[in-house]
Amino acid sequence: MSARGASAQQLARFAVAPSRRRRDRLARAGILAATAIALIPLALIIYYLLRKGLGSWSPSFFSSDPTGNTFFRSASIGGIKSAILGTIEIVALASAISIPVGIGVAVWLVEYGKDGRLASTVRFFIDVLTGVPSIVFGLFIYIVLIVGTGTSYAGYKGSFALGLLMLPVVTRSAEVILLLVPNGLREAALALGAPRWRVIARIVLPTALAGLLTGVLLAVARAAGETAPLLFTAASTLKTNLNLDQFTNSLPVQIYNDVTSPTTAVVNRAWGAALTLVLMIGALNVIARLIAHRSRLS
Amino acid sequence: MSFERPAARVADVEPDDLLNKRGPLGPPQSMPARPQSPPTQPYASGLGTPAGTEPGLSVTLRGLRAFYGANEAVRGVDLEFNANEVTAIIGPSGCGKSTMVRCINRMHEEIPGARAEGKVLLDELDIYDGAVDVVAVRRAIGMVFQKPNPFPTMSVFDNVAAGLRLTMRGRSQGSKAELRAKVEAALRSAGLWDEVADRLGEPGAGLSGGQQQRLCIARSLAVNPEVILMDEPCSALDPIATLKIEELIDQLKRRVTIVIVTHNMQQAARVADRTAFMLDGRLIEVGATQEIFTTPGDPRTEEYVTGKFG
Ligand SMILES: Nc1ncnc2c1ncn2[C@@H]1O[C@H](COP(=O)(O)OP(=O)(O)O)[C@@H](O)[C@H]1O
Ligand SMILES: [Mg+2]
Repeated sequence: MSARGASAQQLARFAVAPSRRRRDRLARAGILAATAIALIPLALIIYYLLRKGLGSWSPSFFSSDPTGNTFFRSASIGGIKSAILGTIEIVALASAISIPVGIGVAVWLVEYGKDGRLASTVRFFIDVLTGVPSIVFGLFIYIVLIVGTGTSYAGYKGSFALGLLMLPVVTRSAEVILLLVPNGLREAALALGAPRWRVIARIVLPTALAGLLTGVLLAVARAAGETAPLLFTAASTLKTNLNLDQFTNSLPVQIYNDVTSPTTAVVNRAWGAALTLVLMIGALNVIARLIAHRSRLS
Repeated sequence: MSFERPAARVADVEPDDLLNKRGPLGPPQSMPARPQSPPTQPYASGLGTPAGTEPGLSVTLRGLRAFYGANEAVRGVDLEFNANEVTAIIGPSGCGKSTMVRCINRMHEEIPGARAEGKVLLDELDIYDGAVDVVAVRRAIGMVFQKPNPFPTMSVFDNVAAGLRLTMRGRSQGSKAELRAKVEAALRSAGLWDEVADRLGEPGAGLSGGQQQRLCIARSLAVNPEVILMDEPCSALDPIATLKIEELIDQLKRRVTIVIVTHNMQQAARVADRTAFMLDGRLIEVGATQEIFTTPGDPRTEEYVTGKFG
């Protein structure tokens, strides 16, 4: 082929056909429109959260418990202190239960169970558990720990329900991360003569740490926003309560209760609480992303 | 003899305790003694004895067969690796080189569904004997892999110390000074000390590929093995890094027996005293390297070394 100047014929072979150009433009426009449609509700949620939520924020909003007063304009309705602390307590206990168990199951699946029959069965049940609606976890705890024992609502029962909800999320994410740990590292450690449990404790888990943390934080964030598992396990109360054996308030449940109130100020408190909850969960997500970003495995 | 018993015993062993004395098979055989060091305390000497005074041990394969499920990858190999020699294993890919080498330190059995038959003798001890602790076997027979695999969470220092820390109980790890001395000795033996002495605290994964591979060699040297298995240790390295490793192998053979798998015929010619040629899971021929490359006894060996197939 000649080096200088291509003939018009040759150029025509490589030219983009007009019909293809048109289709390309159409597809681009379609995708852009779909993206915009998806972003509109998101933008609206953030807009309303900020507009209505910020209005009810004040220092006393965070430092006082709800008073229960909804009739007298002169009296204060109180804030959301008990709900914030209750959410932290309930979720902390749920995490303390589900994180060790979930990571333990994941370690067993990846390091011991592998592709065996038992491991496949366990994986199947974890998948089923992932798809269970959150209210069912609450119902289960309600039937077993409240109806079954003839006792009353308690914060720790809410923690159990949330822990069950978190368990499959923690297990699945931990399993994925552990599978990312290069097999060469396990082999290197085994070839040095290390027993398997030490290879896991000293090589596999430290290597996977950042990824495990990310998965755990996302599971915590997911649980912190759940209402249904708490409604008839932890129930709700006005007072700040550091004893999880009692009724315990939480942000999602307080939002649920407040929104149904006929009093405008109380409905506004729900917006303030919602903004608080979104920011708390958002912070967890940001931290999880920062850690994932630094992970050695990704 | 087959070994479909639990793969790894988790008991920690003292370094010189090759035999698990509570093992199921009665009277333990004695550990093969290194000729010039008392067998009861071969690792007590902090900075390590000068290279060359603690010879390696021979390894003998007797009718070794290795399986992945029903697939027989090694089909009856009889082969001796002489003490303090470098033996190269060559052969087309898939012929069972890696599998055979991994049988020598019982890493083969870590793969689900894999098993081996036959005997592997370290000096005179059958390492597949029921009374032998797999942990001790792997301390005596170190391994260097194709891809450099320093532990990514650990510093240069910790990588070298890992073998000592991962395999011994706290109190038998010795003092901090002893550990430092052992790490330094291992890094010197691997020809890496001068390059990393001032960055022992930095991540091992931050070194260059060739340095990482020498770090892995130092890591296996730190536990004072008698044999080192190398499975294509240079295939991920550039020519200069490769040359350094080859020089290192030449020095190391004074204190360990070396088995090196390589697909690089020149490398085999440069480093190996003896060369073994494998094909389809069988040993075709073994002999002095010079002989294998110039006057092979088997036409298939000749075809392979002259590049007619593989
Ligand atoms: N992990 C494994 N699982 C199943 N089969 C394997 C595995 N590793 C190797 N093999 C099989 O064993 C045979 C020998 O492989 P290998 O020892 O890796 O050969 P080489 O190192 O000479 O290239 C090949 O047929 C390969 O397919
Ligand atoms: Mg191989």
